[in-house]
Formats: sequence, structure tokens, C-alpha cells
Amino acid sequence: MSLYDRAITVFSPDGHLFQVEYAQEAVKKGSTAVGIRGKDIVVLGVEKKSVAKLQEERTVRKICTLDDHVCMAFAGLTADARIVINRARVECQSHRLTVEDPVTVEYITRHIATLKQRYTQSNGRRPFGISALIVGFDCDGTPRLYQTDPSGTYHAWKANAIGRSAKTVREFLEKNYTDEAIATDNESIKLAIKALLEVVQSGGKNIELAVIRRNQPLKLLESKEIETLVTEIEKEKEDEAEKKKQKKST
Amino acid sequence: MALANVLQSESVDFSNYGRKCRGFTSSLYETELGLESVGGDNLSFAVRTACSDGDGSERKIQFLHGTTTLAFKFQHGVIVAVDSRATAGAYIASQTVKKVIEINPYLLGTMAGGAADCSFWERLLARQCRVYELRNKERISVAAASKLLANMVYQYKGMGLSMGTMVCGWDKTGPGLYYVDSEGNRVCGDLFAVGSGSMYAYGIVDSGLKQKDLTVEEACDLGCRAIYQATYRDAYSGGQVNLYHVHSEGWNRVSQSDVLLLHQQYQAEKA
Repeated sequence: MSLYDRAITVFSPDGHLFQVEYAQEAVKKGSTAVGIRGKDIVVLGVEKKSVAKLQEERTVRKICTLDDHVCMAFAGLTADARIVINRARVECQSHRLTVEDPVTVEYITRHIATLKQRYTQSNGRRPFGISALIVGFDCDGTPRLYQTDPSGTYHAWKANAIGRSAKTVREFLEKNYTDEAIATDNESIKLAIKALLEVVQSGGKNIELAVIRRNQPLKLLESKEIETLVTEIEKEKEDEAEKKKQKKST
Repeated sequence: MALANVLQSESVDFSNYGRKCRGFTSSLYETELGLESVGGDNLSFAVRTACSDGDGSERKIQFLHGTTTLAFKFQHGVIVAVDSRATAGAYIASQTVKKVIEINPYLLGTMAGGAADCSFWERLLARQCRVYELRNKERISVAAASKLLANMVYQYKGMGLSMGTMVCGWDKTGPGLYYVDSEGNRVCGDLFAVGSGSMYAYGIVDSGLKQKDLTVEEACDLGCRAIYQATYRDAYSGGQVNLYHVHSEGWNRVSQSDVLLLHQQYQAEKA
């Protein structure tokens, strides 16, 4: 195996591109990000890494806008993400210039994915060590959520998670993503928080949440709002537990 | 297609913009293969640089400036009407030139200026439009198509291209009409007439478009009449009037009428 994992442009005998797979490992080490596609809202939530005492909190942003109607969150190497985000932002404006229309979420996802793929097939370069969750609304008002990974593939999702413990979060979402759960904007936001609470320690303080509503720009929720929602969720959980207890006793 | 591609650099570097996109004063061997940036395919069309050619704009090729082409938007789409005469000085080279280029089933382009330039670039535009359609699973908008054409020819600005075309079509925002030329103009509008007979055509269409909503027949008749009047007074326009109508389902060729027959018809109407 070690013979085939040095150079990116070399396949192993059983068809693996090891550098790409190692890049995916790097992604799994990054902090969790979750994306949920509601009916009239798309939600991105990330696990905020604890900030050193002297560090300014504002400079650590894992959710970024690509254009007025599209934004993304990533998991993996922050430096790589910065480059990808930069190129995506330029492409969003280029598209507006040449086509006189804003990008569709699918288009910009495809562009990012093609960029990532190019880096898996040229020598002297390593793949980008990030997975991205790209959310937004198309011109016709449809909400979209896409995920890309270091190999350059992309897929559309109803809800997904990337980064550390992504599997746990995804399983939670598979169980809890129902039509009722995303019936209203607030419910969709709460679903995202619930999903993150599964894996994030110490609750609301370490969660950063952003939403895009149709025809509105990205809105980062303030920590107070998140705290309120977290207490709401905990109260609901308690009520659920109470009901179950009562059922058992009757 | 992206700005970054046109600039042929990975990151947008505006310091290079002026150097790469316009004419060249440096080496003879440097060819701006603007076509390479089109979709990243390996097309290479050798381009004679301005230097090797000597006198850039004073060529002896006769262009189709002697022409009348006309397009206007109305309630039910776009009417495109053109004449069909090609002249080389005072000699009428042809009376049956096709001056409307069918880019794809819902986009039309007209031809004025150099016939080769128009047909070549519009065919290239057709290719780009098709690639766009395949990649994005939806038809290209008229604005985007005209932008692609304008950007393609802008790279050759100052190198002797002569093209004045109207890109007409119907997309999800309704009827679209853009005038694009080799100088780099790209203008959206409701009515354009291009060529030596354009002034006569404008006169007819301007007075005929007074009513707000024309029926398809009225609009076709107006277009036909405008070209006829232009051929009547302009020596460099004549032949037949080719009339197209672009609507939501695409374009269709309405009629091809010989100008001499039209003359008799209109004279009879006057009497």
C-alpha cells in the first residue's frame, strides 16, 4: 500500500487513490458541520472550536457567503477552504458578468467539485482537504443543499453532516428528518441544533448557526437566540421524558 | 466561460487584464487563441496577428454593410426581417444571400458586415450555447448568449473583424433582442435596424409601431414593408425579404417574398 500512496496521480492495484482517501481522513478530523434543507429556509450549523483566551472570536468563521443567495460551511483544513471559497466567490461574480444571472446552487457546487477533481488529477498538487456543505436558493425559489468531498464528487441532500462524528449526526438526521420536523422555519433550525447537540460538548455555547431564507441574505444567529432555542429544546426533551414516565406508570 | 477562464489565469489578476485581452504590439508569434478559453477544448484556429497583416483595417474585402436587417420586439415575440442582396461596390454579387443565421431552434442571429465573420462567430456561438444547455440542463438566456458572442469578438477588437448582428430569441424572461457588434457594443433594445438601408426601415417601423399591441400578422406585415421600403430607396439592399417570427416555442420562418413582387402588390394597394 505504501508504494501507491505517495503520488496523487497513481492508482493502487485495487483501484484506490490513496491521497484522496487520506484527504477524506483529514476531513473527518475537522469540526462538525450540519446542513438542513427546509421548505422556505436552509440552515447551516457548525461546531465552534473553543477559542484561546487572547484570540478574537470573530476571525474564526466556518460559515461563509459565496453570494447573496448561496453560502457554505466546510469541515477539514481551514487554509484549503479559504482558497476554495475565494475561487467560488470569483466564479459567482464571473457568472453574473457573463450570463447576467446569479449562479444556481448546483452550478457553483459543480464548479467547486470540478476544481477539487482537477487537483486529484494533476501532479505536484495534493487534493483539497475539505468537504463542503453548500446551501442556498435558486432563482425560482427552490431551496438546495449540496455536499462536496475531496474526490470532487457532489450530491444533493435533504440534510447532511460532515466532519467529526458525521456518521452519528447523519444517523440522527435520518431518524428525525420528517416533514413535520421541517414544517416551519423554527422547527428546521431546532432540528439543526438538536443534531449538533448530539456531538457537541457543553451545549449552545459551542454552536454557530446561520440561516438563509428565500430572497434574504445569510443571517448568523446570535448566541442569545441559540441559547433560547437550546433551552426550548431541553424543555421539550424533559416534557417528552415526563410523558414517557407517565405512560409507563399507567 | 468564467471571467477567470477568459483571463486565462487561475486567480483573477487584474494587472494582466489589459495585456491579454486586447491587441498585441509585441512578438509576432504570440497568438491570442481566445478560442482556447471557450470551454477548455483544444481548439486552435491560427489567427493572423495585426502585425503580420500590416494594414489592420484597410482590407480589400467587401463587406455586407450594404444591407438592411431589422428586428423588433412586440407582444407575441420578436420579428426578424432581412433583405438578401450582397454587393461588391456597384456590382450586385448575389440576390439570394441568407442573412439570418439559425443559431438554434430558439435563437436567431442576423448578418451585417463581413459575411464570413458573422457566420463563423455565430456558428461558434451555437456551439457554446449547446454546451451550456448540456451542462446546465436548461436553455441559455438571450442575454447570456449575446454576452458570450460579445465577449468572443471583443478579444479581437481592433483586428479587423466586421460584424453587426442582432441576437434574437425567447427565454424564460420573455422575448429577447440584443445588438452586438465587432466594436464591442452590446445593447438590449426593443427595435434595431442595421445596415445602409436601416434609416428607411426605421421610418416605417417607428410609424407602424404606434399601436401598443400588434397581432402576429400585422407585425409580420410591418417588418416586410419596412424592408421593402429600404430596398426601394437603398441601392445596396434588395433581393428578397426573409421574415422570421420568434415566439415562446422557438422561431419559424414566416415568408420569403421577392421585393419586385412586393412592389407590385403595394402599388396595387395604393391604387
